[in-house]
Amino acid sequence: MDLGGGPLAALARHRLIVWILCCLAIALLLAFGSLIVGTSSVETSLGWLVKPDADSSVVLWQIRLPRTLGAWLAGALLGLAGGIAQGVFRNPLADPYLLGTASGAALGVTLSLIAADASFEGLAWAARLGVTGAACVGAAGATLLTVSLTRGVLETRSLLLSGIVVAFLLGSTTQLIVLSRPDIWRTMQSFLLGSTGFLSWSSTQLLGIVLCASIVPAVLLARGLDALTLGEDTAQSLGLSLPLLRLTLLGIVSVASATAVGQVGVVGFVGLISPHIVRETLSVNHRQLLIGAPLCGGALLQAADLLSRWVIRPSELPVGAVTACLGGSYLIFLLWRRSRRG
Amino acid sequence: MIRSLSIALLPGCWTSIVGPNGCGKSTLLRALAGLEPARSGTIFLKGRALPAWPRRERARSIAWLAQSSAISDLTGAEVVALGRFAHIGWLAHRQSEDEAAMYRAMMATGSLAWARRRLSTLSGGERQRLHLARTLAVEASVMLLDEPTTHLDPPHQEDIVRLLREQARGCGVSVVSAIHDLSLALAADRIIVMGYRGLVGHGSIAEALAGDWLSAAFETPVKVIDDRGVHLWRPSLEAP
Repeated sequence: MDLGGGPLAALARHRLIVWILCCLAIALLLAFGSLIVGTSSVETSLGWLVKPDADSSVVLWQIRLPRTLGAWLAGALLGLAGGIAQGVFRNPLADPYLLGTASGAALGVTLSLIAADASFEGLAWAARLGVTGAACVGAAGATLLTVSLTRGVLETRSLLLSGIVVAFLLGSTTQLIVLSRPDIWRTMQSFLLGSTGFLSWSSTQLLGIVLCASIVPAVLLARGLDALTLGEDTAQSLGLSLPLLRLTLLGIVSVASATAVGQVGVVGFVGLISPHIVRETLSVNHRQLLIGAPLCGGALLQAADLLSRWVIRPSELPVGAVTACLGGSYLIFLLWRRSRRG
Repeated sequence: MIRSLSIALLPGCWTSIVGPNGCGKSTLLRALAGLEPARSGTIFLKGRALPAWPRRERARSIAWLAQSSAISDLTGAEVVALGRFAHIGWLAHRQSEDEAAMYRAMMATGSLAWARRRLSTLSGGERQRLHLARTLAVEASVMLLDEPTTHLDPPHQEDIVRLLREQARGCGVSVVSAIHDLSLALAADRIIVMGYRGLVGHGSIAEALAGDWLSAAFETPVKVIDDRGVHLWRPSLEAP
């Protein structure tokens, strides 16, 4: 009797483990690449790795390493949030910002900049936590506003519509404020396009803690997401409390996306396409998806960070622009492939 | 809205719910499953009011098959395993008794061959049989099925009818189903006939036929013939 046990299931698990190891290997390669790509030449950076001195050690271990690690962690949070959002809303186009978290975070950051009257680039690492706090508060406020506009979390469609409305409302409020305060326009543009340039060891620690705190309950609740794929009535009849499940999972989405946005700004497409890549390359249930999507998202944002520093070096592209190009290209490829299959 | 309904569903008995479209068959089933709150009155399960049952205990006692289930990327085995959710919970691994329940359910519905196939790659009938297996895997004392024979070809419809009878008469389960096909619905032990204005009658098949409840419910003559103890609906092909 082989219903998920047996040699074929062992092969499936083996395939998942191989997939995970490949993602980790890619992340390590990208991390190495991130150490040698920057304002200095590749040869110089390689020389620093072989024979570090005091200055090069700061560049390598205090700037580039936390940056690539932070990018991986932020991407992992977005991938996790995207996988959960697509499961809760049962919509493959759902992304972590569906509840208005990005718009709320942007508004929070705008208000904090006005309050601090300082430029984004000029903030020290402690002030970064202040911006993060403002982004988290803004994101949480947006989520609460979205949920309150619906009748609790009982109706998925109302929640989706409400999230879109809140995103537009808060986004337009942010734009109006920025129009009236052109001194913070450049700072906000940096935030809205995404930037991994300010990731430090303290922000990496925060991202790591939030990732651990988010992924554990998400994986534990994955069976609920599996049940939801069969429909809400069926899920409820199996003994699930849908409101509690949704509230908990959307809370995780909110915290994960808010933390990521607070550290790297609004980076699009990572949360949307990471679950798709996992599903396309590996047939998974939600427990496996919520392990694979963070790994994929982490590698994606790491790769985007590396590209953003490589393409027009020694200058940098905004990392959100790079993820938009990568993500958009992937979606076009998916559409083309589906149209070919008919 | 369903008004003035007072019925008792017996263990070891298969009850069919029939009626015209929109009369409330699915609504009644959803209310019995606790998915639709009753605006007045009470639904009792084994002598206790339904809302008083803890969620998982109720899920172990009532198995529900929806009229249509969303297509999913889960495998057949994963779908059937969800039927054991109320027994296993969030974290625990499946035990041998869970695997045995799944195996029995998939054997009974002839769906074992699709254990490792993704639901999205199966036909409508194949998916329906896996969902039936999921419902059976709950091993509940009450089974509520909304159109269990949807998408199934005639031989498999027969299999399902035999299965429902076996569950009721052989295993003592209280089976309640809404089936559009009158011939299949009349294979049950008891029947609830609903019309546009509410309940027309509930009782044995013989009572329903003697009282011509079906004609009253559908507001048009409904002819039923008896073919060696099997009641068959005879459609009228003549112009009215």
